Order: sequence, then structure tokens, then C-alpha cells
Amino acid sequence: MTSPLEQKKIRITGPSVVTANRTRDGVVIYRTAQQGWSAQLADAAIVRTSDDARALLAEAVADDVGAIGAYIAPVEIKDNGVIAPGNLREHIRSEGLTIELPVSA
Amino acid sequence: MYAYDELDRTLLHERVEEFRDQVKRRLSGELTEDEFKILRLQNGVYLQLHAYMFRVAIPYGTLSSKQLRALAHVARRYDRGYGHFTTRQNIQFNWIKLAELPDALADLAEVGIHAMQTSGNNMRNVTSDQWAGVAPGEVEDPRIWSELLRQHTTLHPEFSFLPRKFKIAITASEHDRAAIKIHDIGLRLHKNADGETGFEVLVGGGLGRTPFIAKTIKPFVHGRDILSYVEAILRVYNQYGRRDNIYKARIKILVHELGIEKFGKEVEEEWQQLRDSALTLDDAAIEEVRSRFSYPAYEKLPHMPDELKQAAHDPVFERWRKNSVFPHKVQGYSIVTLSLKPVGGPPGDATAEQMDVIADLADRYSFGEIRVGHEQNLALPHVAKRDLPALWKALDKAGLATPNVNLVSDIIACPGLDYCSLANARSIPIAQELTRRFANHDTAGLIGRLHINISGCINACGHHHVGHIGILGVEKNGEEFYQITIGGRADESAALGTLIGPSVPYAEVADVVEDIVEAYLALRDSPDELFIDTVKRLGVEPFRERVYATR
Amino acid sequence: MPLVKNGKIATDIYVHVADDAQIPANGAILVPAGRFLEDPEALLKRPDKVGVLWPNNRDLDDLVPYLDRLAAVALVFPSFRDGRAYSQARLLRERYRYRGELRATGQVLRDQFVFMLRAGFDALDVKKEKDADAFADTVKRYTVFYQPTGDGRATALSRRTQLRHSESASP
Repeated sequence: MTSPLEQKKIRITGPSVVTANRTRDGVVIYRTAQQGWSAQLADAAIVRTSDDARALLAEAVADDVGAIGAYIAPVEIKDNGVIAPGNLREHIRSEGLTIELPVSA
Repeated sequence: MYAYDELDRTLLHERVEEFRDQVKRRLSGELTEDEFKILRLQNGVYLQLHAYMFRVAIPYGTLSSKQLRALAHVARRYDRGYGHFTTRQNIQFNWIKLAELPDALADLAEVGIHAMQTSGNNMRNVTSDQWAGVAPGEVEDPRIWSELLRQHTTLHPEFSFLPRKFKIAITASEHDRAAIKIHDIGLRLHKNADGETGFEVLVGGGLGRTPFIAKTIKPFVHGRDILSYVEAILRVYNQYGRRDNIYKARIKILVHELGIEKFGKEVEEEWQQLRDSALTLDDAAIEEVRSRFSYPAYEKLPHMPDELKQAAHDPVFERWRKNSVFPHKVQGYSIVTLSLKPVGGPPGDATAEQMDVIADLADRYSFGEIRVGHEQNLALPHVAKRDLPALWKALDKAGLATPNVNLVSDIIACPGLDYCSLANARSIPIAQELTRRFANHDTAGLIGRLHINISGCINACGHHHVGHIGILGVEKNGEEFYQITIGGRADESAALGTLIGPSVPYAEVADVVEDIVEAYLALRDSPDELFIDTVKRLGVEPFRERVYATR
Repeated sequence: MPLVKNGKIATDIYVHVADDAQIPANGAILVPAGRFLEDPEALLKRPDKVGVLWPNNRDLDDLVPYLDRLAAVALVFPSFRDGRAYSQARLLRERYRYRGELRATGQVLRDQFVFMLRAGFDALDVKKEKDADAFADTVKRYTVFYQPTGDGRATALSRRTQLRHSESASP
């Protein structure tokens, strides 16, 4: 497996977060500014430069026990300051399926 | 049904305990994710967008009612109350917690089900015709051989770390319902001139980024030699299959790069060394496995019972019967397909409640047996014809009697971007919209047999290459686009579809499919000419013209 | 990197000779394949044991002529996901009847021990201390085996047919 940090070209073009899945149950989590994880996108640390993104990712990857598959994901900061997912994939990860589950969750 | 004995059960329990230890070491940090990943994959555990996904094997698509109830139990207790049947006779649960997985596996092991090798670079679930053992005209029950191969390839000490995954499918009928030509190894059971059972062996089929239809490597391998012959193929592949590039690691690429003759020669040389070994199956060994398959004690029943004659007056029943009920090898019995493709629903999903209902109906009407087909539907394989009306009422009540089997809304679809971390685009909402467009069963009946297959990415879990209409999700500048092919098929005349034109955005897919279907209705030379035959006769061009004329 | 040999933690008596290093006059040596093939006869004349480190992408044909004079063959797992050496091991044991030490080197981890033993390895250069300590327990994980390999363990199928035979033979 190639470590995400070895992917030399970490370059972000807009506000981003670091996200992963929690090891014990797979829940989507976001790296916080307090060196921890949160299941809420609102708690995510926002990075705006490639260097900051790389540093946040490095810190996230170091927690191999707690989280799997950390990577940098784009977000959109709304006028009211709300953090929104930056693409459809992240929208689905954050908000859930775009379809109804066969049974009510 | 195959009945596990003490040895099979012991192995399952040993496997569960091993995995329990591995999960414990992972959660304590003793195993890194890099080390743990292949271990979890070999136990059917993927990581998807929202959670872990857990894939359970249903070898050769045969389930007992007890086993189906255990799957319902897993759905309820450890997941969110439903499961998804896949194109390879597996079931997937989408919301499982790693910490609870060993318990889920232990519960399944109690009824003889496992998740061994449902992912990872090893031998996957051996699949077969979902009508095995009941289809009229079958050479013999292919599940005996499927089970022999299942055992032989389970925890194989030499082939658990192959260059890439490896899939075997077996059929014993003229009409291939197991899609053997798109498998790494396809086995067609037939008899030689001396009446001996053996296999035509095909190799190198597969979809994904570089699709290939399998080629015949040997026209007849005697049944007693099938393990040694498969072993020879695997040994050649294990040593020479590419490991430098994941997209070129499947056996199809090796077969393509060497050519079937050269590859066949390598296998033949290896086989000559292996054939007279402990791998040769003597009659006693085959008989041993055969003896643990039990068959129902069928009654002597009339071909046309009164119950059926009476029910024939109900057009709704008749429509379902004509669509979903198929001939059985025993007079007075039928095979009943249960559509898991309700209008507006996600293809292949069943709720825990539906699984329980089906298990009960199987007990009452099908000798406790259920089948799973690669089209993501279920079947009750031994239904007495007199019971069809009562069964239909019960199925209808549970939402399992949609009369669309093999029709345009009987769509095969992968989970797509709603669930899958590999996907580029969504599959399920496309399928749902199409089932709504073709919700009128009379129209669907008029269109006739038409398979639509949808994949959310190039890995082709929805087998889009072999759909009569294939839909492939791609990403273009952050938007979902879909490439559309026509003319593919997965049966004995397997072929890859041809791209019809430029990809279209999400919102236009259903319109394009409607246009293709309308073009077919206008172009077919008679109502008997199936979509796939019209495409074969006319090629893609007339369809392309009609679809893109206004776009 | 602890060596587990015949089920026990053992001292590695072999000096691992690098491609460009001087070959010691005495003592057991393990030499890379290329080095060995430069002058196999000379090496095999040494009074002490000679082993060869054989890569997993090289045909065994070049090695086969020397097998009966080699004390050890070490096969390589460059990654635990790369299973080529399992095939080489079975070929050495089952086809070429090699009886010397067959060693697994590289990424040798606990969860592959059983596979390695079944393929014919009898010595493992185990990567982690903790895995080596757990060896005895780990290899007891399984008691049922479906495939016949050269390790001689009875397969499930042979146990069944035997059982059936003894049942039908008893009065």
C-alpha cells in the first residue's frame, strides 16, 4: 500500500478537510483541530494551503489504530460559515445515501 | 442441499476463532491496517463509504430456509435490517461494525454459512446455475462439482495470495445461467462419447477495465481430473500472472498476453506432472460428496392440477405465472423466480422481514430450499404446481411477485456511489428511475426479454459489458456521466456490448434508454425478435442515429 | 528477526552472504541465487553447509540439479501478499523431493504460518518477535484441511472416505 503521504503532489485548490473511517465501526470521521476525530463535518479542521493539508494528513495517518484510509477532501464554506461537502461523493459520505434505505433506518 | 459434516463445521469454527483473534489484534494496534487488510478481505470485509461491508458466500446459490433466517438475523442484529444479493451469489450487508463481525460470523457458522474468500486475491465463491439439480435437460447436478471445488479451494495453502482475485463458475445446461464465459475459469459439464462426465474448460474471461470473453483451453477434462487441472491452471497463474499492475493482474491478461495456445501448453505441461496424484478424484470421493446432497421426495403430481386451471381465470395471476414460473424436471413441479426488482426499489435488496417470509414459504412450498441467481433474484426450486396460486398470494403480499423477470425492469446493478468507495457515479437511482419508466407490465411484456446492467465504475460489478443495454457510470469534471453500450450478453453466446455514442449526464440516462427501446420496437422485424437479436442483425448504427439525432 | 525451525525458536547458523561480500572460508552460508550459479561446484565443495536464497520470480530449473547437495533453500516473500514462493515450495518438496531445510524469508507473518507449513516450509524467518512467540498456538488453529499437499496431513475427504469405509466394514 502506498502511504497517502508518499503521494508527493498534495495540492489543494480550495478549503479542505481530512476524513477517514473509524476503525472499530467504519463510521465516517473528520480530523479536528484538537488532534482528534469527530463524526461531524462541522467539527473538522479546515486547511487552506497544501502545506497545512499535508501536515493534517500526516497527523491523521499516524493514528493507524483509530482510523482507516485518511485522505484530503474538498469542502465548501458557505456564507454563514457552515462547512458543506465539496463533491457528490463527500456529500453522500456526510449526509448519507441519495436513496431511501429498503427499511427506515 | 449439501449438509455440512463435523469436519466442515469444525473448519468454520476454527476460521471464526482465527478471525476473532485477528480483529482483536487489529483493534489493539498489534496489527496495522496494511497487515490486517488482506485478513479482513479474506473474510469478506470491505471498507465502503459509510461503513464496513460484509459479503457472505452462498456457494452455488443454494440456501436452506434455516440459513436464510440466519441471514435475516444478521441483517437485523448487526446491520440495518436488509441485505443485498450480488451477481456472484453472495449477499452483502452494508453497515456492519468491525468489532461485532466475529459474532456475526459465529452466528452464521452455526448454520453452515461463511464469508471465507468472498474478497481478496484468492479463489472466490464457486458459483453455478441457480436451477442446478432441477432444470430439465441438465447433464447432471453441477453442485456436486461446485462443492468439490469449493472445498479444494478453501484456505488453499498455495493459492491464497494470487496476483488477483479468481472466480470459477459451473454450468451443466445448454443454456448458460451461470455466465461462465465471463469468469476466470468457466466449466461446462458435459459427457464425452463414452458417456463419461467431464468438463469443457474455459479460461480468461472477465469484465472490469479490460473485458474478455473466456476461451476454451481444453474441450474435455474428465471429472476425476478436474481438481488437478484447475490446480495446474492456478499454479501457472500464480507464478506468471502479473503482480506489477493491479489492472493487469487477472488471469485474462496473462492468457491474452501469452495467447491461449501458449498458455494452454504451459498448463498442459504442468498438468501432466500433476494429473496422477492425490488430486485425482476416485469414485468413492465423488460419491462421498454426492451423498451429502439431499433431494426432495417429490410426489407424483398431475401436470395440470385443478388449482392451476382455476387460478388461470385471474389475469394478474396468469401474468405472474407466465413471467416468473419455469419448467421443472419433475412433472407437477415448477421453479419459481422471486423478483427482487420491485418498481422503484434498489435491485437485489431484501429486507429481513422478506427473508423470513421467503424462508417460511420455502418451508411450506419448496422443501425448505431457496436459490440465489446472478441476476440478483431468488428462486424457490421445487414448488408443486397446485401450490402456485397460494404461493403467489403470499409473495404478492410481501412485495415479491413483481412480474418482471427477464424484462426491462429486471435490472442488474451494483451498489454504486451511494455505497461504494470505488464508484464514480450512482447506479441505484438510475435503476430506480428506469423501473418507474417501465413500470407498466403490459409495455414491458411487449418489449420482451431485455437485460439492463448498470455499473458505477469500470470495475463492472454490475456486468455492464454483458447487458443487452449496459450502463457505465464515469466521472466528468466532477459530474456523473454514463456510457451506454448495447448488444452485450452473458449466456452461452456471451458477447461484449458496443458503445453507442458519447456519454450522457445523469438526468438523461433514462431518456436515452427509452429512446433505445423505442428504436428497437420500430426496428424489430417481428414481435418475436428479441432486442438482442435486433442489435445483432442491424448493428449499433440505427440505434445510434435515433438516440443522438435530437441530442 | 527470529528464526523458527521445526516449530521452535532456533539460532540461525547461516551467514547471509550479500551479493558483493567476501564468502567466508568456513561456516554455513546462505548465498544469493546469482552468486551461487556463478560457480556452484566450487561452493558445494566447501566443508560446511551451503544454502541458496532463491527469488520468487526465477524458475527453479536452474536450481534443481544441485538440490541434493544443498543444506538449505530460502524462498522469498517480498510482501506477504505475494504468494509465488508457496508454489516454489510445493514444487521443491513434492516434485523435486527436496529434503533439506526450506526456509521462508521476507514478510513472514503469523497469519500465514499455517499456509507456509502446509506448502512445505520447515524454517521461518519470522518478522516480528511476538509472532514467533505465538508460533505454537498459531499453528494449532486449524485441524481440518481440504487439500492434499506434501505435508502429509490427512484431508477432510480422505478422513471421510476412511470413516465411511470403517463404518461399512464393521458388523
